[in-house]
Amino acid sequence: MKAELQELCRYHELLWMIACRDIKVRYKQSVMGFLWAVLMPILIVLSGVVVRYAYALASHAPLHTVDIAAVAVKSLPWAFLVSTIRFACLSLTNNRDLVTKIYFPKEIFPLAVMVASLFDFFVASAALVIFLLALKIGWSSSLLWIPVLLLTTILLATGIGMFVSAASLFFRDVKFVVEVLLTFGIFFTPVFYDVEMFGEKGKWILLNPASPVLEAFGACVARRQSPDLPWLAYSIVFALLTLLGGYAFFKHLEPAFAESI
Amino acid sequence: MSDIAIRMEHVYKKFRKGEVFNSLRDLLPALTGRMFREGELSEADKREFWALQDLSFEVKQGESLGIIGQNGAGKSTALKILSRIMKPTKGRMVVHGRLSALIEVWAGFHQDLTGRENIFLQGTILGMAKREIQSKLDQIIAFSGLEEFIDTPVKHYSTGMCARLGFSVAAHVDPDVLIVDEVLSVGDFAFQARCVQRMHEVLRSGTAVLFVSHNMNTVAEFCQRCLLLEKGRTLMLGPVAEVISAYLNRSKEAREADASSGPVMISRVTVRNEHGACLRFHAGQKAWIDVDLAALVRCTRLSVALYIKDEQLEDVFGTSTTGLGSPEFSLEPGQRFQCTFELSLNLVGGTYYPTLLVFRCDNQTTYDRWMPAATFHITSADDVRGAAHCFPKVVRHEVLAASRESLPSNPEPETPVASER
Repeated sequence: MKAELQELCRYHELLWMIACRDIKVRYKQSVMGFLWAVLMPILIVLSGVVVRYAYALASHAPLHTVDIAAVAVKSLPWAFLVSTIRFACLSLTNNRDLVTKIYFPKEIFPLAVMVASLFDFFVASAALVIFLLALKIGWSSSLLWIPVLLLTTILLATGIGMFVSAASLFFRDVKFVVEVLLTFGIFFTPVFYDVEMFGEKGKWILLNPASPVLEAFGACVARRQSPDLPWLAYSIVFALLTLLGGYAFFKHLEPAFAESI
Repeated sequence: MSDIAIRMEHVYKKFRKGEVFNSLRDLLPALTGRMFREGELSEADKREFWALQDLSFEVKQGESLGIIGQNGAGKSTALKILSRIMKPTKGRMVVHGRLSALIEVWAGFHQDLTGRENIFLQGTILGMAKREIQSKLDQIIAFSGLEEFIDTPVKHYSTGMCARLGFSVAAHVDPDVLIVDEVLSVGDFAFQARCVQRMHEVLRSGTAVLFVSHNMNTVAEFCQRCLLLEKGRTLMLGPVAEVISAYLNRSKEAREADASSGPVMISRVTVRNEHGACLRFHAGQKAWIDVDLAALVRCTRLSVALYIKDEQLEDVFGTSTTGLGSPEFSLEPGQRFQCTFELSLNLVGGTYYPTLLVFRCDNQTTYDRWMPAATFHITSADDVRGAAHCFPKVVRHEVLAASRESLPSNPEPETPVASER
């Protein structure tokens, strides 16, 4: 694996080049590009507001701005996760010519998708900062957790992205399965709701490796608390293992890519 | 580092033909089905075939090796293994230095990006550093001849323009090993000439070149040695002229196997100079064309005709044994006949295809026709056009002093007297 990583390092310029290509193509019409980056988070936030409002009505509990802020904060990493996995799934088959014609480490494709999605994440973050300031949620020391949380999300997204990109090259219907899972995944991940609403049963939700990270994002940014450390550790370990497993899986199948695409 | 650039050692490649499960929907029932019918596993093994068998060769730095063979002979598979896109099933392959392939030269282009952006993208894909591309950018754009359109998105380009841009990037990679697969035929005449010139530069700079083409003359022009593949096996590896003529004769044998043969068969045609099989001649040199034929039934009053066709397959020259004064001949079943034409190749530079005919003199029935039976290439130092080379010389070439009476003081309507002009 060491030799493979060294080779990947040699091709780092290509990784940026392909990521830039994806970003450039998306932002060629700058208004559309920006909309693209914020559209999905905005939709998620709006859906979250509807869900939270319905919940507040049903339970006769007041709807706090901090809850809305938490939904907004969690929607960004969720959107990043979804778009990375969705586009990574198609990344190899969409670049068919390059996969079959020219040699280079093919993990560059899912990685470039991740980088491009990360760029969208930062664009949307700029919008989020304005939104949070409007809700009067400002600086706190718990914001220092963000790099760790972001890194965990990146590891998880990349790992899953590698799995699905390689798998969808061999099985054409993997992309449909992934699409369905991503669509319904939002119900099993605390984006609209908070895990604490489930009380004791919340730990079942937290078994979803994306849940502790998203909860930690909400806690650190919106509620200015530190994250639930044991569960966050679970998430980090899971993300690391996913990345290692996904990379090994990808590299194991890579020699057969050109013949099977 | 040794001076070997490429070494293939006993490389095998196996493919599976027929149905492959490429969706979960098909795979799951098949897996459960297989549990009940275990005997069918062996049938899957039968569907395998060898695309390459025991391929071994070496290419030194600065050397160029041609690979020829019919469609499906394994040429592309060999190149894909070399460029590491595919892994050999068995065997070892070593490439020293940076390898670049001129295969589908615009594979990395993105339709929405401009020509300039695509140069950077494609260049990086081909393994160049960004700084390297920056320094060669002007050269690449000039080579492509697309200065006017370089900031236009590639989706507005024609296929020819894409190919030119792609080739221009690929031609400036400066690799240690270059793989060329049938790409010199892009663009118009001027661009092709530039490509050929660039290929010669690359060869001179010490790059090892692997050249795959169906155009025997391009192979003959660029390669010293040649590899002939058939159905994945190495048939021949040797000097380019010998291998190419063996290949052309082989396609004849393949035609014989088709058994649509008449009473007389032309079995072998060889173009040679005084030393042996030869593909490249200078204008004005002598060439000999050896023809072998065999009769299957009794034939009388036979003659052999030779036509030389140019690249457009137009006849530029034709003659026959009887036309040159040799007697008509007759053959008994199983008898063979040989004749040799001697030609002075007073032809301008280009590719020519000898075509052979056996016919019966009295009623002009054609018994066998082989077109093209061979191929050869003429080089000429002079810039002459047409088909026949008349070896012209300029024997008078001077500027005359203006004299008073020849000045057109009083221009008259031009009279159409050709000899005056």
